[in-house]
Amino acid sequence: MKTILQSLRVLLVLTVLTGIAYPLVVTGIARIAFHDPSHHSALLAQKTESPPYFWPRPSASDYATIPSGASNKGPTSADLVKSIAERREKFGKDAPDELLTASGSGLDPHLSPAAAKYQAPRIAAERKLALEKVVALVDQLTEGPQLGFLGEPRVNVLALNLALDAAK
Amino acid sequence: MKPHDWIQILLYLAALVTLTPVLGAFMHRVFSSERTFLSPVLGPVERLIYKLGGVDAKREMRWTHYAAAVLVFNLAGCALTLVQLMTQAWLPLNPEHLPNLPFGLALNTAVSFMTNTNWQAYSGENTMSYFSQMAGLAVHNFTSAATGIAVVIALIRGLTRRSGTSIGNFWADLVRCTLYILLPISLLLAVVFVQQGVPQTFDSYATVKTLEGADQVIPLGPAASQISIKQLGTNGGGFYGVNSAHPFENPTPLTNFLEMLAIFMIPAGLTFTLGLMTGDRRQGWTIFGAMLTLFLVGFALSWWAEMQPNPATGLVSNMEGKEVRLGIMNSTLFSTITTDASCGAVNAMHDSLTPIAGGVALVNMLLGEVIFGGVGAGLYGMLVFVILTVFIAGLMVGRTPEYLGKKIEAREVKWAVVAALAPCVCILIGTAIAASVPVGSATINNQGAHSFSEILYAFTSAAANNGSAFAGIGVNNDFYNYALAICMFLGRFAIIVPVLAIAGSMVGKKIAPPSSGTFPTTGLTFVALLIAVVLIVGGLNFFPALSLGPIVDHLLMLSGRAL
Repeated sequence: MKTILQSLRVLLVLTVLTGIAYPLVVTGIARIAFHDPSHHSALLAQKTESPPYFWPRPSASDYATIPSGASNKGPTSADLVKSIAERREKFGKDAPDELLTASGSGLDPHLSPAAAKYQAPRIAAERKLALEKVVALVDQLTEGPQLGFLGEPRVNVLALNLALDAAK
Repeated sequence: MKPHDWIQILLYLAALVTLTPVLGAFMHRVFSSERTFLSPVLGPVERLIYKLGGVDAKREMRWTHYAAAVLVFNLAGCALTLVQLMTQAWLPLNPEHLPNLPFGLALNTAVSFMTNTNWQAYSGENTMSYFSQMAGLAVHNFTSAATGIAVVIALIRGLTRRSGTSIGNFWADLVRCTLYILLPISLLLAVVFVQQGVPQTFDSYATVKTLEGADQVIPLGPAASQISIKQLGTNGGGFYGVNSAHPFENPTPLTNFLEMLAIFMIPAGLTFTLGLMTGDRRQGWTIFGAMLTLFLVGFALSWWAEMQPNPATGLVSNMEGKEVRLGIMNSTLFSTITTDASCGAVNAMHDSLTPIAGGVALVNMLLGEVIFGGVGAGLYGMLVFVILTVFIAGLMVGRTPEYLGKKIEAREVKWAVVAALAPCVCILIGTAIAASVPVGSATINNQGAHSFSEILYAFTSAAANNGSAFAGIGVNNDFYNYALAICMFLGRFAIIVPVLAIAGSMVGKKIAPPSSGTFPTTGLTFVALLIAVVLIVGGLNFFPALSLGPIVDHLLMLSGRAL
């Protein structure tokens, strides 16, 4: 009986400490030190299908955000084989693997520089821009590995498309 | 396999090996009730918690009392969360007006978080209010982690104390672990995560216009504070449905690196704490060595498999279910780490891994989550294997088995066998039932061998308290919600109780000085023996099941067949 009472009391105290005080402190620090939550939306891929824009990686959940999701198709899935064939139709037969596969989050905001450049001729033609100019834009917006060695080189699709619109 | 892949791997290992003695020594001070550099600030808070909780933190407990406190405290937390989830619509901080959870899902989730599993039959962004996340689920992230660590410390006390019948005070271990270890590190990590772009706000979801003029809803919430502890406490429950694959939950390669480091940090550090508590650091490094070896072998296999072409799909590298910013190496490193430790956070979809990489993830869990393992749970699981190893070695050479100078007798071996077999029973019987009743296979997302893998993975993940999934399988239904809740509960407490019983039965035993007949439990020979016992006891049980799942799947893939 005593143990039950002690459990409940310790539980309540720890709930207040770790469940309320701690997230409030982190939120406070977030607000004071980094007070701009608006930059978050650039982290999520947008459904983008019109030809003059770069297209993000395929999304099994059609770029839904509430919730997002993946295909969860295994390596011997006939459904996956079918999806890959459809994406080859859309992106072209030499498209790199990342354009033929759905991302983990369904909201992958990035393309590898190669997958972006693969799409550059379409965009250059649609926008009547020089191909070199589009490729240069990809190079300009490519982020290298973080701190020089972490992760993969990548380019944010939304940033790239906004830059395209600005370039005109 | 680019040069910078190797740099990242080496850096990860260097960081882990460096942190192990630092954090291990700090944890030793914490659990010896010594002063630490945080004591001037946290000492008064600690005493206030004891006062408010009505506990005498200095009173030592026998194992039965300790186990009772663990069970009652955890069940109370489970009950509170169950009620919270079923009433969240009427509670504060629910800007999206998310409804109450039905009983089955609420029970599954409450048990899941209590047991440090963090199996999720839901997606946070359309199911959980901010209050449920932070004041319900994230609290368990702290308390279940602290419970695991407390239990292993109690076990080590049982193995190393020279006299007496008590193994420590659960309240002191729980509170000191939370206050001095989990909270400060979580806070540091959370701040870095926010800086890198993880949301931390109580604002309601935002809506933005896309380039093509559609509305896109941006899910927000107090995410960073929860994500740091879900990694550090090897809980693994994502704030968002797709977990650390979500660009908000793991926005940059730096957050990814820190999330991976956070998973192994405490389990690795505890091996050093073991060394200090036994007075012989080699005891700790030996176990560290066995864990590191198993980890590296699994990772190498997994990474290699993910780089092989797939004749069934015609792809040359497996980017299905992965994110560009992380790439294949960081995805397989994460998948190995998260299944070695019973974390279960994922940054790539395990269902879409190649059969060998998915198989490595499965085997990591099937071995009992002892490759670093969950915080506390990994080390007490490994110490159960150590007891079995010295027992088996003792039988082979015809001597009385002993560990750290104390005799291992029938009673301890019996409890060790219970702890080693409990998850196996849950996994095999659970999978067998699910695979043979219609409701078990009604919600699978793949065909053939891979669908069997989905079911096997679900029961393995639950019983091993991992929480990751071959997530294609639909598990938010009565059958899986209840069946997996039972597995999670047994997979946790059918190990914790035997472990505390071993602690209680060992604590009073005399320590004999080492003699020429003592079988050493340090050094390479013991590392090899321990690994062999883990593989034989933990692995061979499951060979038939693995044959039906990943092995057949691999052969299918090689023959270019898709189902």
